[in-house]
Amino acid sequence: MVLHDFFFYILAAIILGGGILTITRRNAVHSAIFLVMTLIGVAGLFLHLQAEFLAAVQVFLYVGGITVLFLFVIMLVNLDEAAKQRQFNRQWGLALGCVLLLVAEVGYFLYQGRDSFSFAESSGVLLQNNTQAIAMSLYGDYLLPFEIASLLLLVAIIGAVVMAKKQI
Amino acid sequence: MPPVTPVHYLFLSMALFTIGVIGVLTRRNVIIILISIELIFNAVNINLVAFSSQFASISGQTFAIFVIVAAAAEAAVGLGIIIALFRNKETVNADEIDLMKW
Amino acid sequence: MAELLATIESYLQLPYVLPTLYIVIIIAVFPLIAGYIVLLERKVMADIQARLGPMRVGPHGLLQPLADAVKLLLKEDLIPAKADWLLFWLAPVISVVAALVAFSVVPFSDWFFITDTNIGLLFILSISSVGILGIILGGWSSNSSYPLLGALRSTAQMVSYEVALGFAIIGGLMVAGTLSMQEIVRAQQEQHVWFIFYQPLAFCIYAVAAMAETNRSPFDMPEAESEIVAGYHTEYSGFRFSLYFLAEYTNIVIVSSIAITLFLGGWLRPFPNVEWLDFLNYCPAVAMLAIAAMSFLGAVREKRWMEQVGMGGLGAVFALLGLLFLLPPVLTAVQGLFWFLLKVFLIVYGFIWIRFTFPRYRYDQLMKLGWHWLIPLAIANIIVTGIVMVLL
Repeated sequence: MVLHDFFFYILAAIILGGGILTITRRNAVHSAIFLVMTLIGVAGLFLHLQAEFLAAVQVFLYVGGITVLFLFVIMLVNLDEAAKQRQFNRQWGLALGCVLLLVAEVGYFLYQGRDSFSFAESSGVLLQNNTQAIAMSLYGDYLLPFEIASLLLLVAIIGAVVMAKKQI
Repeated sequence: MPPVTPVHYLFLSMALFTIGVIGVLTRRNVIIILISIELIFNAVNINLVAFSSQFASISGQTFAIFVIVAAAAEAAVGLGIIIALFRNKETVNADEIDLMKW
Repeated sequence: MAELLATIESYLQLPYVLPTLYIVIIIAVFPLIAGYIVLLERKVMADIQARLGPMRVGPHGLLQPLADAVKLLLKEDLIPAKADWLLFWLAPVISVVAALVAFSVVPFSDWFFITDTNIGLLFILSISSVGILGIILGGWSSNSSYPLLGALRSTAQMVSYEVALGFAIIGGLMVAGTLSMQEIVRAQQEQHVWFIFYQPLAFCIYAVAAMAETNRSPFDMPEAESEIVAGYHTEYSGFRFSLYFLAEYTNIVIVSSIAITLFLGGWLRPFPNVEWLDFLNYCPAVAMLAIAAMSFLGAVREKRWMEQVGMGGLGAVFALLGLLFLLPPVLTAVQGLFWFLLKVFLIVYGFIWIRFTFPRYRYDQLMKLGWHWLIPLAIANIIVTGIVMVLL
């Protein structure tokens, strides 16, 4: 059980370290690389929580798809100029306010529900056929949201093409 | 060390969300703002999966898949906008994009 | 002695020991195998072009991979002055690690596999999609025009063909009904048929997409030497270059392994359920003895005594292996491994054959092929498969 917890802390360190480096790097490619570090850490956390299908999807879509898209655009757009300029705008006050609000909100909820946090004993059941369980849930209970999500993707594809093309 | 409970996951998720919010609000580079939004999405996913594990219910993971779908759509459209923007304005700094302002 | 064996046996029972052993074996042996695939490629190329290929190092050039390895390791390690050194250092490592990690779920035989998870196939796909990062970063961090062009080409190509690849795999997956690599092979055993006969279209799409995904000719625009020098690894030399090379050949073996597992029966022999073909089980021993006979024949025809001894020694090793394989327990043990590796060899041979037979595509033709033909066909294949499965 100690090993189990140990992995959580390691992954948490990877995720948060990657996140902080992501938003502080001057070079956008470095940001994207540290984003990959965070994403892989999150995938590890999913494995830790016995959601292995989601972990694989996370790596496949985020690292293999979205990050690659980011890198592609970073290379297409000339960022040399932007990397030399001032990196942060003057909104520290606003950011701090948002963070404090968030911390207060989570603190309040934790205080309200302080007795109800523990992992279910039977979480091992999920491990056995995680993929089947997700499929059943996705194509059974959540069929309509699933269709809406596919529509969203279609709209996004068309939108991206319209945006990026010079002439249609 | 105390045993890891959903509260730990909640704190981790909150920290990641906070990092993402700070990135969105303080960076000037539009691409890094989009990247920070991905961090926020991931923070949400951590929560969903942790609660899915807590309640031994698969719905949380299904929702996480929807979140990933939304993230993919957002990245595609957002990057398309950035390319269109860069073609017209030659800049990726969020505070220089002020054509709609007087 | 018996005590020692018992201790070893008890250690092997521990959950992590065998997988660790297999990992060590694969990581230690695979670079050598990749070297010999390169040699095979050069030999087949020479054969297709009516030449001899490497002949100097060892008998028939059989030691050429070792010489190449020594050359690559001793070369000067250059980093371009304006390169982003951290990413320049990281990129080939990402490539090679992503490629090698994918081996962890490949089912080499019914006992020789590192692990078998219930997301096996998806795991391989996701890990190999991480490999794209190595190529992009390598191209970008070199801070040079041709690598950047190669990286951009390769990104667009791999992302496009990944879609077709995934859809083709889903076709086979629907028939198998599981993502676990071992279970896919067992499903083919139970259904008495290789899935290529259920899903011929999916296999064809997979084959084309896999060639594009591994940047092989006729889809090798990312490293087309007549257009952009060497593409994304133009600035790499010596050891780093050899890492890219290793990753490329590892990826070829990985995509062949997926094809074999999903469509070509994995570690099953041809027609595993037909009893009168049981004599095929002796193929491993016969193949080893045949190689031994050919080596001895070659030894007789060699002129220099060094090479005679070399070929003779090789023949003796293979003859011993063949005799060992005649023992029934050994034969059953190597059965699956032999068939799997034979299929990998045949597919790699096909890859090489295609490389030196077809001219390179133009970039717009490549994109058109992917988006206009492969992806719609793959989706149609999934729909038809679904309808047929519901109706039957």
